[in-house]
Amino acid sequence: MNLDTVKRAADTPGERQPYAELGMKRDEYDRVREILGRRPTSSELAIYSVMWSEHCSYKSSKVHLRQFGTKAPKSDALLVGMGENAGVVDVGDGWAATFKIESHNHPSYVEPHQGAATGVGGIVRDIMSMGARPIAVMDSLRFGGADQPDTRRVLPGVVEGISHYGNCLGLPNIGGEVVFDPCYIGNPLVNALCVGLLRKDQIKLATAPGPGNKVVLFGALTGPDGIGGASVLASATFEDESQAKRPSVQVGDPFMEKLLIECCLELYQADVVVGIQDLGAAGVSCATTELAAKGTGGMDVQLDLVPLRDPSLRPEEILMSESQERMMAVVTPDDIDAFMAICTKWDIPATVIGEVTDTGRLVMTWHGETIVDIPPGTAADEGPVYERPFAEPAGQAALNAASAAELPRPEDLRATLLQLFGSPNLASKEWVTSQYDRYVRGNTVLAQPADAGVLRISEAMPGAEETTRGIALATDGNGRYARLDPYAGAQLALSEAYRNVAVTGATPLAVTNCLNFGSPEDPEVMWQFAEAVRGLADACKILGVPVTGGNVSFYNQTGSTAIHPTPVVGVLGVIDDVAKRVRSGFTGEGDRVVLLGETREELSGSEWAHVAHGHLGGLPPVADLEAERALALVLTEAASRGLLTGSHDLSDGGLAVALAEACLARGVGCAVSLPGDDAFVDLFSESAARALVTVRPEAFDALAELCAAHEVPCYGLGGTGGGTLAVEGVLEIPVAELREVHEGALPAVFG
Amino acid sequence: MSAARVGVVTFPGTLDDQDAARAVRHAGGEAVPLWHADPDLKGVDAVFLPGGFSYGDYLRCGAISRFAPLMEELIPAARAGLPVLGTCNGFQILCEAHLLPGALMRNASLHYICRDQGVVVENTATPWTADFTEGQRIVLPIKHGEGRYVADEATLAALEANGQVVFRYVGNPNGSLNDIAGIRNEAGNIVGLMPHPEHAVEDLTGAPSTDGRGFFTSILKKLVNA
Repeated sequence: MNLDTVKRAADTPGERQPYAELGMKRDEYDRVREILGRRPTSSELAIYSVMWSEHCSYKSSKVHLRQFGTKAPKSDALLVGMGENAGVVDVGDGWAATFKIESHNHPSYVEPHQGAATGVGGIVRDIMSMGARPIAVMDSLRFGGADQPDTRRVLPGVVEGISHYGNCLGLPNIGGEVVFDPCYIGNPLVNALCVGLLRKDQIKLATAPGPGNKVVLFGALTGPDGIGGASVLASATFEDESQAKRPSVQVGDPFMEKLLIECCLELYQADVVVGIQDLGAAGVSCATTELAAKGTGGMDVQLDLVPLRDPSLRPEEILMSESQERMMAVVTPDDIDAFMAICTKWDIPATVIGEVTDTGRLVMTWHGETIVDIPPGTAADEGPVYERPFAEPAGQAALNAASAAELPRPEDLRATLLQLFGSPNLASKEWVTSQYDRYVRGNTVLAQPADAGVLRISEAMPGAEETTRGIALATDGNGRYARLDPYAGAQLALSEAYRNVAVTGATPLAVTNCLNFGSPEDPEVMWQFAEAVRGLADACKILGVPVTGGNVSFYNQTGSTAIHPTPVVGVLGVIDDVAKRVRSGFTGEGDRVVLLGETREELSGSEWAHVAHGHLGGLPPVADLEAERALALVLTEAASRGLLTGSHDLSDGGLAVALAEACLARGVGCAVSLPGDDAFVDLFSESAARALVTVRPEAFDALAELCAAHEVPCYGLGGTGGGTLAVEGVLEIPVAELREVHEGALPAVFG
Repeated sequence: MSAARVGVVTFPGTLDDQDAARAVRHAGGEAVPLWHADPDLKGVDAVFLPGGFSYGDYLRCGAISRFAPLMEELIPAARAGLPVLGTCNGFQILCEAHLLPGALMRNASLHYICRDQGVVVENTATPWTADFTEGQRIVLPIKHGEGRYVADEATLAALEANGQVVFRYVGNPNGSLNDIAGIRNEAGNIVGLMPHPEHAVEDLTGAPSTDGRGFFTSILKKLVNA
């Protein structure tokens, strides 16, 4: 068996290398040869192929994503922006929050349980590596039609994976989404979000400065997980038994991750970490190149010191392994004993595998022989960048012309509401959320089915100032809207998440996003992507909330059929006094029910068009961002003045569904009349920038004045109380009937 | 007078220790952290074994924890009358350590379940339930995958005959025999239950109930009056 050393590579320039099997284009491979002045060794090829993959390098998306920086609104809250493991925002009183959403779509289709579980694990480690304690997770999930057989394989597995990993890790799951649409049948979307808290002065970065500092790999042992590509490489280069079938989906151990969290926090507390990076996609390759590139510039690594779960692993496989629950830290020689002692306390294996140098080279040896010698920045930061061609899809104009305004309208609005309320997208998601622990750690103020999750923050970290503040988080996305108009669709996703945060009384502060699209090599998909990014960047500027980080997931398609373009947006907000958060829905009898915002006839892309007619066409609702901003100002000010007794945002299914959900929150009914002259439009239109609130009758005038000051339309609809949802002259439905329809739907499908 | 001291045990993988300690403090007690590897009860007046996934629930829930060095101290102390409360994984550990009879198996639904659960207090002759009244209906959250209480017929009959069933579910969530949510030992000082009182002590956070406070006021009164 030959070890492909740097010397051997120099001596055998003509040796054929499996760059194509590793997903590299010929010109990319040639560029590696040019950088190195020779052919890469097989280990170097492993590093470049994973670091220059779409997933790690953002080579197709980079030119568009730059707008999130160039158009970013000025924000005093932003402490760490894009480019680090996760963004960090100042939430006041010496506290900072870090949050990010990331996809694990493809693994969750192949192996739903482990795919979704390791999605949670990965995003949690991103948050840990910023120096934070992870405090909550949420999941934005999309599946094929609820009645499609494969959904019954994928959904229960995904939910169980999230449930098992997140619950065992001890992080409350406080919200998210579950959406069904046949376009996701071969490509479920599993987007996991984590939020963490830290003291402002405790931010850690992925950097390896200081020659002589030690590089420590700690956490789980390295095994043959997720290295299908490396097997190709090994088999092309070697003739040995390590080519046995390798699992291509990683397997998670949440117990190890829980220990890693507590261990990392103790390491931060003891101040023995100079730089830190989690090992996710591209494992050791990514961690070493990125740490070295952002530090003094060089690193020596003895790759044979990496502790292995499978001793037959070859160096190329170690470099590409995506074994979970691993971290890499840079530690000064003086602190190394203290570092190791803390790892021992938590039973965490930790091994010094190298040290920082000032050579500008990442050098790796395998039992004394040099197998990697590269400038780390060329792998980490200087990957290829593509200006992919894009073009409006051929049928786009025809699609936009087929408005839902032409569809036949129902006579019986009672039946229509019940039909929608029991349809999979609008039905209760308790079948899913009851499998998640929403209480652990004792700081959960609001969780599903509230519009946003809200957490108390005062007890997260030792040594931080006491505070009354809380944070709110919501994720939203609407693939149908984005299919009709990706520019507006991305803006509407942001609008809804922003509004969901505001209805709790919190002020929206910052944005994370997960951009789920088809193949970037398809110009029509690339157009959708370019439009969505442009729309989101423009909207962030108007709403004054910067993008702090996120993730792009391409190639979500089966054959040549792509999913609906699905930008999922997460918004984080802050509430100064978390005790003043507004509860969801109708919270008591005798309150005034008030509709805020303007209702237009906007039915294209709506749940009604989808459920009643299977129709998708026309243009989505207008994304009126100024109105959205004004509405949020009213909501947050009303909450801080204690005017509101309950709230709920209007979105999918319009006012009808919002009223029905508000009734179910505490089993309190209402009697309302509609403000407009078309009951159907009033009830089912999905105009944005609207919310439902309740106030004590004596507070109504103060709310109306506040609305007038911000030019937000305000309609008193009626009052809460009784056991029915009654819309004068239109419909009356007992709350119990609403509940039966709403809560029975998913159990009927999934058991 | 110094506050009563309640030990809160942390095993690797324990999750609700912070919540348990907070609940003790809210009731006016002092929460004393106890570490699994440290065979020292630090002179506490009572012990709370919180929930979580100790040792990842590997092998069987609680099966590895019972062998922790701390348990070598705790088991004889509990047998000698030290008040001990185990919730969720803590209950599982108490059963594995044979401080309580029976076992907790996978939920009948085969799903993990998190919900606000009605529970009836059946027995108040324990230091943890004295502030409740018998027959009182309370709401506490449950959150577990393996909470189905089972025991052989003779054990069940003895539990019922001796008044050792402390809590029963209203609407059985997991298939537990006799709707059992929690039990005590014969002496009454050791109580185990699947629901989580520590998540139902504050208005702002946790379950929409503060019924969990009764556990902590019960034990603190008992300790202060002792």
